[in-house]
Amino acid sequence: MKGSTPVALDDDFLGQVHVYEKHRIGLPRMRPYFRELWRRREFAVELSRSTLRAQNFNTVFGQLWLVFNPLLLGAVYYVLVAIIRGNPRGIDFLAHLLGGLFIFYFVSGSITTGTNSVVGGGRLILNTSFPRILLPASATITAFLRFLPTLPIYAAVHIAAGLPFSWAMLLIPVLFVLYAFFAHGVAAFFATLQVYFRDTANFLPYLVRIWLYLSPILWTLDDVSGVGPKIKQFLVLNPLYPMLGAWQDIVDHGNVPRLSFALGTLAWAVGATVVGMLFFMSREREFAVRL
Amino acid sequence: MLSVSERARKDVPDGPRVGGPAVKVDDLSVTYRTSVEKRPTLRGAIMRAGRGRRTIRTIEAVRDVSFEVQPGTVLGIVGANGAGKSTLVRAVAGILPPTEGRIEVHGRVSTLLALGVGFNGNLSGRENVVLGGLAAGLTRSEVAEKYQEIEDFAELGDFIDMPMKTYSSGMYSRLAFSVAVNMTPDILLIDEALSAGDARFKRKSLDKMRELVAEARTLFLVSHALATVRELCSEAIWMHKGQLKLQGDPDRVIKAYTRYLEVGESAVTDEDF
Repeated sequence: MKGSTPVALDDDFLGQVHVYEKHRIGLPRMRPYFRELWRRREFAVELSRSTLRAQNFNTVFGQLWLVFNPLLLGAVYYVLVAIIRGNPRGIDFLAHLLGGLFIFYFVSGSITTGTNSVVGGGRLILNTSFPRILLPASATITAFLRFLPTLPIYAAVHIAAGLPFSWAMLLIPVLFVLYAFFAHGVAAFFATLQVYFRDTANFLPYLVRIWLYLSPILWTLDDVSGVGPKIKQFLVLNPLYPMLGAWQDIVDHGNVPRLSFALGTLAWAVGATVVGMLFFMSREREFAVRL
Repeated sequence: MLSVSERARKDVPDGPRVGGPAVKVDDLSVTYRTSVEKRPTLRGAIMRAGRGRRTIRTIEAVRDVSFEVQPGTVLGIVGANGAGKSTLVRAVAGILPPTEGRIEVHGRVSTLLALGVGFNGNLSGRENVVLGGLAAGLTRSEVAEKYQEIEDFAELGDFIDMPMKTYSSGMYSRLAFSVAVNMTPDILLIDEALSAGDARFKRKSLDKMRELVAEARTLFLVSHALATVRELCSEAIWMHKGQLKLQGDPDRVIKAYTRYLEVGESAVTDEDF
């Protein structure tokens, strides 16, 4: 760490001379941190790939499982909704349900695996100095790689439901990037918490389950257009409300997302990234003594 | 921060700044807070609430330590358990930030602390080696270049492609050692890592370390095996309760340390390696 005293020898660019000094505010210097982060990005990618390989998701049946699992879940929820409503909804609702579920599992999967990433990387953290944020970042990459095979399924149902195709769909990659930043920020936050409270990961499944029911997945935005403002003001606080709302504006209606959803998604992505990463980075140098 | 350096200046044996010390530690203190619970939980914290029992301990692991190490030195670090040896080495590696003071490290650092590789037991030895290298800041091609040497040196045979949870502790430490020494570091930090592994591998790793020393690389060796320290080191420091008690010629330091321990140099301490 370079402190107040100017250090002529401290050459971050060559990386040959390292000066460690006490840090005052807890945050590392940003420029070298992010440069090192970028330089070691291969690590995060390789860790995701190795993890998926270890879970046999690189095989044909592994890939099929990645597709079947969310599809079966979709079927379960479809039946559930049909029973609760007393009559089944159309295939366009199935498209809505599957799209929402797949995205939800991308985001929540990134958060749940990210939460354990630091505690699970114990030995590496004890032995090597590197930007620890690579660990939750890798969890987000893993979740994304698991999310990708489900996209063709959604596309098939989308076509079967006769839903529109439009130029607005070009915005979908942007949306996914924002989802990833949001998911990574939250993952970094919970990963830090997990270091201090090892039961964080035990509480998480309950939160995730409630979050699923509060998000416009099993229900549509039209379903809740009739609810009173009291409930509505709660629903819009859910990050996934604008995030999935923006997605649904594009795929269900072929429109560019309405401004409130677009801004809401952007705000949550930036907010979660900033808060989650700063919290993580301000604590990460303590991880080695807390593991 | 972030120790390990830019791509290697391959085959340039000595430190990048000729003439200066490889490692310079000024008034270093490392204090940290850690939990006394084995597995700190929120549930535990809530259930404890109100009873006022503190579960966070502040540990002054290293206090006011200053020393310099010239390139090509093999520095032995001796001291009782809990004397702050490991903390000192971790601080030099950039893993623990100083609470006070300053550390200057010239050159590329490779660490062998806490049995470095194999952080993920579900992944194979090969994958763990690659991931460890990438985390340490090597590029993919640099890792690929060094990989064969690492595999050959570790002599794990088919086990290299098995999940690391199937490894014996000797195999773990062989691979860890092999990774650390084959990264061609300017400064190699080894913490108690030589205790596992059979006699032949110990011999081999000693030879490898001598080779590194002959190339004027700097070595830090934390060890309770005083015979090894005497044999290998050109300088030694004795840490005692977080403070540097003595620095100098290994024979002198070890003599003072063993006198302190009041055991003399019995067969036990000699064969401990």
